[in-house]
Amino acid sequence: MMRVFVSGVSVWGPGLAGWEMARTVLRGAQPWTEEETMPPAPSILAANERRRTSPVVRLALAVAQEATAMSGHEPASLHSVFGSSNGDGVVVNDILQALAEPGRDVSPTQFHNSVHNAAAGYWTIGAGTRQPASCLGCHDATMGLSLLKAAAEVHVEQVSVLLCVYDRPLPEPMAEKRPTTSAFACALVLTPEQEPGSIASLAVRYRPDLADPALEAPRREALQALYVGNAAARALRLLESLATQRPDRIELSCLDQSIEIIVTPCSTAPAS
Amino acid sequence: MQPLEITAGTAISAMGRGVDATLDALRTRRSGLRPTDFGGIAEGHIGRVDGVEAHALPAALAKYDCRNNRLADMALNTDGFSSAVAEARAHYGADRVAVVLGTSTSGILSGEDAYRDRDPDTGRLPAGFDHEHTQDLFSLARYVRAVLDLRGPAFVVSTACASASKSFIDAHHLIEAGVCDAAVVGGADSLCRMTMRGFAALELISPSPCRPCDAARTGISIGEAAGFALLERSGARPAGSQSGIRASMLGHGASSDGHHMSSPHPRGEGAILAMRQALARAGLEPGAIDYINLHGTGTRANDAMEDVAVTELFGAATDCSSTKGWTGHTLGASGILETMIAALCITHGFKPGCLGVSQVDPAFRSKVLFDNLEGPVHRVMSNSFGFGGINCSLIFGPAA
Repeated sequence: MMRVFVSGVSVWGPGLAGWEMARTVLRGAQPWTEEETMPPAPSILAANERRRTSPVVRLALAVAQEATAMSGHEPASLHSVFGSSNGDGVVVNDILQALAEPGRDVSPTQFHNSVHNAAAGYWTIGAGTRQPASCLGCHDATMGLSLLKAAAEVHVEQVSVLLCVYDRPLPEPMAEKRPTTSAFACALVLTPEQEPGSIASLAVRYRPDLADPALEAPRREALQALYVGNAAARALRLLESLATQRPDRIELSCLDQSIEIIVTPCSTAPAS
Repeated sequence: MQPLEITAGTAISAMGRGVDATLDALRTRRSGLRPTDFGGIAEGHIGRVDGVEAHALPAALAKYDCRNNRLADMALNTDGFSSAVAEARAHYGADRVAVVLGTSTSGILSGEDAYRDRDPDTGRLPAGFDHEHTQDLFSLARYVRAVLDLRGPAFVVSTACASASKSFIDAHHLIEAGVCDAAVVGGADSLCRMTMRGFAALELISPSPCRPCDAARTGISIGEAAGFALLERSGARPAGSQSGIRASMLGHGASSDGHHMSSPHPRGEGAILAMRQALARAGLEPGAIDYINLHGTGTRANDAMEDVAVTELFGAATDCSSTKGWTGHTLGASGILETMIAALCITHGFKPGCLGVSQVDPAFRSKVLFDNLEGPVHRVMSNSFGFGGINCSLIFGPAA
C-alpha cells in the first residue's frame, strides 16, 4: 500500500471551472450546470509558446498550474505524470486528413505537437523545469493507472509529483469510434509527507479483482453523464471526496482488475 | 538503487529477428537499411522488418491486428521470450507481473488506412476499423498482457523517442514500490506514414542511409523495431531457462529540457542531468562506463548536442557510438533495441563503431568509434532523447 498526500488540486470541465467554483458544486452547495467554458490561457508560458498551444494543451496546463499554485510548491521542483486517453485528437486528425489526400503536406509544427507528451513538454517549458515527466495513455483506465504510477514515483523517489489527467472530445470522423462528450481535466500535487496545506492522504493499491461500479462513479447523480463521457472524469468521485473532506474508498476499474484509493482527509474540520 | 535483473530479452529490427541475428549484423557491420519502399513514400532509407505483413496474431486476439501489434507479437515469439515470462508468471502469479511498454504511434497505420477508406458520401470511417484495439496507445500493452496471460498492472508510456527507455524507469518504480514483482518492459514502434512524412516535413530525413556523427550527416533514417525485457529483483527466484539476453540495470536517469518542443537544448543540459543521475543512482563514476550507446540519430542538432553533453561528463575518455546506421531511428522502440545491443556488447565483449562514417564531425570532442572494437565491456550507458524535451539515460551491467 502506497500512502501519499494531496497538497494541491484542480479540475476543469463543464460546470466545473477551476477548483474554487467546482468545490461548491462537488459539495452540493451549488447545483451543477452543464456549461462549458474555455480554460484560461496558460500564463506560465511565454507569449510565443502560448500561441502554439492547442485547446487540449491549454486544458491540461490550466489544471496543472492551479493545482501547483495551491500546493505552494515551485513548478520547477515537481516531477510530473501526465495521462490522457485521446491525446491531441485535433492535431492527429489534421495529420490523418493530410495523409489521406494526395499532394497535401504534413505541417511540421503539427507533427511535433502530435506526440503524446506535448502537454508535458509545454508544461516543462513553462515551468522551466528539468524534472522528469511521464506520459501515459491507457484508454478508459488512464486516471487509475496514472495515479498508480504517480504514487509509486512519490513513494520510491520521495519527491513531490504533479499528476495531470486530461481529455478532450475527438473530432469527426474519429469521434464516432471513440466518443468523448466534453472536455475534462484534473490535477493533483502529491507529496511523500504531510504538509501544512495537505488536503488528504491517499492510500493507493492495485487490487486483483474488478472494481465495484458503485465505488467508481461520482456520488452526485447529476455528474453521471460527465463521468461516463470522458476517461479523465473517472477522477470525479475522488474530487468529490476532496471537496467534501469526506473519507472514502474508491475503486477505479483497470482492465480486469482495479485500483483502490482510500481517501483520508487531513483536516479535522467537519464537512460543510 | 538495487540493480534489477533482466532475466530475458529480445528484439527484432531491420538487423534481423532476435539477439543472434542482431549480434551477427553488428559484428559483420551489415546495415539493415534499404531505400524506402513503404506507404507509397520513396524518400530516403528505412529500416524495415521483413515478414510483418505475413504475420498473424492468435485468432482469439484478432481484434488487435495492426502492424504494431504484429511486430510486438513477432518479438514475443522470438528468443523464447514468452516462455520465459510464463516461468516468471508461474513463480510470482499472474497478478504480480506488470506490463509497462513504450510506443510513440502504436497502431496509427490502421488509422491512416481507415482515413483513406472513408465513405466518400458521409465521410465516415469504415465499420471494420477498430480504433480501441489498434490505433489507441493502450492497445500495445493490452495486447501483450493478454497474449502473455498476465493480470498485473499494465500501461503504455508515450514520451516520443524516449518511450521504451522510460518504460524501464516507470517499471522500476512499480517494482520498488511493491506493486509488482516483475515487469515486461520495452515496446514497439512500426513504420507509418505519419512519422515518415512528419520527419520529412521537419526536413530531418537523410537522402542517404543515416550516418550518425559523420561530419556530413544529413538527418535520420526511420526504422521499426519491437523488443522486450523481463525485469525482476536480483535473486528473487531461481534462474529460469536461458532466453535471449541476460543483464542487469544498474541505474537510470530521466530529465526534461524545458526548452523547446522539437529542438534539443543546445548545451545538452537536460541530457547531462539524465546521465549524471543515472551514474549517481548506479553509484558509479564516469570512468566506470566502458561504452556509451548514443541516442545518435544523425541529425545535425542531436548529435552535436549529445557530443557536448557526453564530453561534459566523460571528456574524451569513453568510447561511444550510435547504432542507428544499422537500424535507422526506431523512435519509441529505440530504447529497448539499444538495451539489447548494450547487453550483447557486455555478453560478447565488443563495441560497435558507427556505421557509414567517412569522417567524424571535426567539432566533436567525445571519443566516437567508427570501427568495431573487441574487448571486455562491463558497463554500458544507453541514451534516448525525445520531442517534448525528454531525456533518459540507462546503465546496464552483466547479469548478477
